[in-house]
Amino acid sequence: MSATGGPDRVSSVSGRRRAKDRAFTVFLWTCGGLALLPLVLIVVYVVGRGYSALSVNFFTKEPAGPIDPAAGGIAQAFLGTGIIVGMAAAFSIPLGILTAIYLSEYGNGRVANVIRFVAEILLSTPSIVAGVFVAAVLVTAMHTFSALAGSIALTVLMWPVIARATEEILRLVPQDLREGALALGIPRWKVILRVVIPTAGAGILTSIMLALARGLGETAPILVTALGSDFISTNPGQPMDALPLRIYNYARQPVEALQTFAWGAATMLLLAVLLLSIAARILASRQQRRLS
Amino acid sequence: MLGGQGEPAFRRFGLGFLIGRNWDPVHESFGALPYVFGTLVTAAIAIVLAVPIAVGLAIFLNDTHGWFTHPLAIFVDVLAAIPSVVYGLWGLYVLGPVLQNHVEPFLTDTIGRVPLLGRLFQGTPTGGDLFTAGVVLAIMILPIVTAVSREVIAVVPRDLREAAKALGATRYETIRMAVLPYARSGLVGATMLGLGRALGETIAVSMVVGGGRSIGFGLFNAGSTIPSVIASQFLNAQNIGFHRSALLALAVVLVSIALVLAAASRLLVRRTAKLVQAPTAESVAEGPALRISG
Amino acid sequence: MRRVEVSGLSAWFGPKQVLRDVSMVAEPRAVTAIIGPSGCGKSTLIRCINRMHEEVRGARVQGKVLFDGRDVYAPDADPVEIRRRIGMVFQRANPFPTMSIFDNAVAGLRLAGRMPRDELHEQAERALRAAGLWDEVKDRLGEPGGKLSGGQQQRLCIARALAVEPEVLLLDEPASALDPASTLRIEELVQELKEQYTVVIVTHNMQQAARVSDWTLFMLYGEVVEFAPTQKVFTRPDDRRTEDYVTGRFG
Repeated sequence: MSATGGPDRVSSVSGRRRAKDRAFTVFLWTCGGLALLPLVLIVVYVVGRGYSALSVNFFTKEPAGPIDPAAGGIAQAFLGTGIIVGMAAAFSIPLGILTAIYLSEYGNGRVANVIRFVAEILLSTPSIVAGVFVAAVLVTAMHTFSALAGSIALTVLMWPVIARATEEILRLVPQDLREGALALGIPRWKVILRVVIPTAGAGILTSIMLALARGLGETAPILVTALGSDFISTNPGQPMDALPLRIYNYARQPVEALQTFAWGAATMLLLAVLLLSIAARILASRQQRRLS
Repeated sequence: MLGGQGEPAFRRFGLGFLIGRNWDPVHESFGALPYVFGTLVTAAIAIVLAVPIAVGLAIFLNDTHGWFTHPLAIFVDVLAAIPSVVYGLWGLYVLGPVLQNHVEPFLTDTIGRVPLLGRLFQGTPTGGDLFTAGVVLAIMILPIVTAVSREVIAVVPRDLREAAKALGATRYETIRMAVLPYARSGLVGATMLGLGRALGETIAVSMVVGGGRSIGFGLFNAGSTIPSVIASQFLNAQNIGFHRSALLALAVVLVSIALVLAAASRLLVRRTAKLVQAPTAESVAEGPALRISG
Repeated sequence: MRRVEVSGLSAWFGPKQVLRDVSMVAEPRAVTAIIGPSGCGKSTLIRCINRMHEEVRGARVQGKVLFDGRDVYAPDADPVEIRRRIGMVFQRANPFPTMSIFDNAVAGLRLAGRMPRDELHEQAERALRAAGLWDEVKDRLGEPGGKLSGGQQQRLCIARALAVEPEVLLLDEPASALDPASTLRIEELVQELKEQYTVVIVTHNMQQAARVSDWTLFMLYGEVVEFAPTQKVFTRPDDRRTEDYVTGRFG
């Protein structure tokens, strides 16, 4: 058609281009398929092997001696996780929410930026480092491993999650809402307490759930601070056991009954963490719909 | 906080300093090199395996529409919530044996024979090896690299895709020509985030890496990483001053690298977001920070 | 041969119908303008011609678009192929920001396959000249496409579309985002381009249509009201509604 023979040369989409496009589509679908695999494989295997460990004894007894390990349980780990994570939550939730409130409602100055910066750093810190730091300070000072040290290590990891996520949620609350309330003559702190927080309610809950999921699953920081134990204890000043620690320990024992316990504990952890994550997601999408 | 963190290490480091600079390097390079090596190698394997799939997934989720895209996205995101110790347990008893008894021997016999490249695919795993650790790490960083890549790709303006399509580009060509170049810095940022996570991962790695001290080409040898050695030795290093300080020093090194990576990645993701200059740019840059948790 | 004939075309965005049984013809070596108030379906119409409409989720089309005698929507027709032969320039200039001016111009050519460097240069020059941009950029072909002014970017997009030597050129309000001087240049360009291509231009600017086109299609609420030589549409239209529109009696 034209002198340079243009259209003829470029007129048909060549087989090569098609082949590349098809290969690419295959690649994309493969990625999609591959993405399904890990979760499915992990859940199936963990629950499959851990299921048999779940008995009343498992939840209520302490580890039995080497003669009949299967007769015992890991009650102290369940209790310990509850206490350590519970304490960490008690520290990090109020602290995190208060920080978030400060950052979103008052914070545009240097102090706020420093706080944000610190939160950033802590968020990117490998958890072992947080644990080692707390250990280097607290464990040395107290001359003992302790549940308290463990929960402080977890707080260090959980606080930034709550602070940042909650700050984001609070920022999403429309400014008009605040201004409307302030214009009515309601003092600032009341506006925050009675208007902003309730509106952001579900979102805050989501952040807490995410932080909890994290706290439950962390092993390294409590390994070097709370150490773990074979005995039921409620003393925060002494070493305490926790589910992840128990898994870490039993996983490497050559005793099959103990390995099964490890799978059982893993099953429970997995369940807890998955439930929290999915619930957080559902809440988050509902919150989004409320705010938009 | 950073100061407080470094203080114990530097206080003790200072003691070593007194005895002389020669002591320290000797101590360090004798002790630390296998761990540095292991850290880098496992992280490299994780990146090589996870990033292509993560980016492919990100493109897939952005480009394909169907009932399955949302659930699939959730599947991948939930992977990030699984505790590291569960990954370790699974890796130790499920993935590890499969890799060590089937995949690795196969690879040793096939690619292992190829002249240069083959040297990588050699080694004897004893209770774990660098390759297995790399694979487990890859699965662990997949969610975060995918999530950030998705955000970065979603931000590419529709205009550009349309321009490519109107020129008669196939789907592959559209993505190559209009989407990827635009999202490039953001994708690098996503990779860095994944890298940061891989470098810091402790428990899962320590359970499957074998605890050896390999330095050398064979990926199928047992090895160690900085986090894994800190975790396994810290409790025993309580009373030996220099051992502990060395471990703490390693911890400081680890944190610094993680921080630099995190900062760099935020910058890069922001750069992609800036090309758009949309109000969503802020959230694109902030999002990744929250996903590192878990 | 390079004629585009639209026949009984209807189009939807999901449940919402935006084109109703539209029929028109675009003759080669002529400029056909499509005018009408906002939302009347002008852009949708031309996007159906090169099958860009279906790229939007939930979009649907029914009817025929004959190009070169064959229905563009035939089951065995390939949209990629069609878009190569029917070029499009968009309302907002969209050069690839990460590519240089040169790379932008030859982007379409590169897709088609390998071409020796000097030939690429020839084609780039040809296209940039045809778009009236050559003199302004010939010394800085390596600079990023995003650095040009709005009017220049749009001409770059025109060059990019021309480089692959399409047979039809669809222009979707190409000058609406530009200043009057650039708009004039584009209008002059359109007049030159009609020598070689079948040109269809959508515009919300009636005077532009009157200046630039040979045929005019007036649309309202997704339907064709009148399709006639431009002269007629603007001086003695058949339909009352056309008259109202072109005399400015409503939007």
